Amino acid sequence: MLTLATVMIPASASPVGIFFQQLEIGITLGAMYALVALGYTLVYGIIELINFAHGDIFMWSTVVTLAVIQAMGITASPGPVKLIGLLILLLAIGMLVSATLNYTIERFFYKPLRKAPRLAPLIAAIGASFILETIAQLWRGSSFVAFPSIFPSVGITFGSVRVNLLDVVIVIVAVVLMYGLERFIRLTRMGKAMRATAQDPEAAALMGVNINRTISMTFIIGGALAGAAGVLYNLYIAQVWFFTGFQLGLIAFTAAVLGGIGNIYGAVLGGFVIGLIEALTIQYVPGGFAWADAVVFAILVLILVFKPSGLLGQQIPNKV
Amino acid sequence: MLEIHDVDTYYGPNHVLRDLNIEVNQGEIVTLLGANAAGKTTTMKTIFGIVKPRNGTLTFKGERIDTMGTDQIIAHGLALVPEARRVFPRMTVFENLEMGAFLNNDRSVIDQDIERMYALFPRLKERAKQVAGTLSGGEQQMLAMGRALMARPQLLCMDEPSMGLSPILVQTVFDTIQEIRKQGVTVFLVEQNAFMALNIADRGYVLQQGQIVLTDTAKNLLDNDLVRRAYLGG
Repeated sequence: MLTLATVMIPASASPVGIFFQQLEIGITLGAMYALVALGYTLVYGIIELINFAHGDIFMWSTVVTLAVIQAMGITASPGPVKLIGLLILLLAIGMLVSATLNYTIERFFYKPLRKAPRLAPLIAAIGASFILETIAQLWRGSSFVAFPSIFPSVGITFGSVRVNLLDVVIVIVAVVLMYGLERFIRLTRMGKAMRATAQDPEAAALMGVNINRTISMTFIIGGALAGAAGVLYNLYIAQVWFFTGFQLGLIAFTAAVLGGIGNIYGAVLGGFVIGLIEALTIQYVPGGFAWADAVVFAILVLILVFKPSGLLGQQIPNKV
Repeated sequence: MLEIHDVDTYYGPNHVLRDLNIEVNQGEIVTLLGANAAGKTTTMKTIFGIVKPRNGTLTFKGERIDTMGTDQIIAHGLALVPEARRVFPRMTVFENLEMGAFLNNDRSVIDQDIERMYALFPRLKERAKQVAGTLSGGEQQMLAMGRALMARPQLLCMDEPSMGLSPILVQTVFDTIQEIRKQGVTVFLVEQNAFMALNIADRGYVLQQGQIVLTDTAKNLLDNDLVRRAYLGG
């Protein structure tokens, strides 16, 4: 990944130190990939649609939160208390923007095609993706815009391995959201409706589940997670670009497929695995930056050929 | 209680139900008999709004239900044990039962009802924590019936509950249906097993190629020549 060039690796580190440094980077990247991968897997699980616009839903969070921070005139770290408030504000805005967009796209692009052949909503998704990218491009232009570094560069160093406060915050935010999602799906009424609809929509309707509302809710939740990932990405990579969502979306999609699409645990596992593979490729494959994406997509091809159900794919038969 | 009035249902260009008229009264067990592809399952799907009729009306306790969505129809007091059971394969038995009570928000009532289902179907209690996809066909049938009853329906519709079950299990299923009726639930039963169905039913309808060709009391239908020849092998 070109944009990963901003992640600095200390020059004087030992081989072991370098390895652990790459693990640290991989986990941080993986946390963000996992959040985006969940959106693919939730939507696929419930309506068997690959939401190709999902990466752009993520991108819109990065673009809007950049506009917010520019409008607030913030260019440097505002101090600890304000920083926490700012982080919460950005997360709220990013999640709201992406959730609303994802809901809207479902409502106007996918819902009218619910009974159409499956290729139709897929093509509609690609169309939605282009629309979202083009509008962002018209608004922010075609080049990278820097996101101000609002996090102080403080961290802890273990030997030569540096763990930034920001990295810890990214992983904590991601894990809290993923845990919240898991509890929501397990325990709430709407969560149970989502699981039932994913397993058998007609039977779910026969329980009194409102299928349209459940599908909308799935897009809202998937969008919100992508929105949170967009904010974290802005803080970490700090480069906003209208086309970011395409590439990151494909990587997160690979993560979802690797874990077993439709399975939320699989999406999380796949996200972290892909993050680690990418970080290690960058370090250990000669010319690693150039190869990172190629390795990830080679993995996608290999899974699709040899284990399409993914690492945690469902094996339980539907009928006995 | 349930009135199906002059209903025509199509799948694309195929005219599946023709001028269908069925009535189910409170407290009855009514059965709809018919061979494969006679339109039995389509009748159920039409009642539950899964397919919409092109002509005709359906009313439940005087209220039009053919204009409602499936979830609203359930909210009005109907429940279906669908063909091939359709339990949620990756949910546990307990969670499947909970799903049956999806529209009920009273936790204590749900817990009581789950205990009632365990009393009615002891096998479900043994398998409470097992995912439903791993149950045997008979156990899945029990679960599908228990799940439908969890909605506390006034009218329970069942689509071929005996399909694919051993004779002993078929007997259990039909005993349970009678038990359900004793508890005050009206039953509308679609069956291929005409003998078993007519033995517990009050009245019956015979469906052929989407049309009702015969209706009478269950007792008379058991003696009817057409029924004997077509469905009872006599």
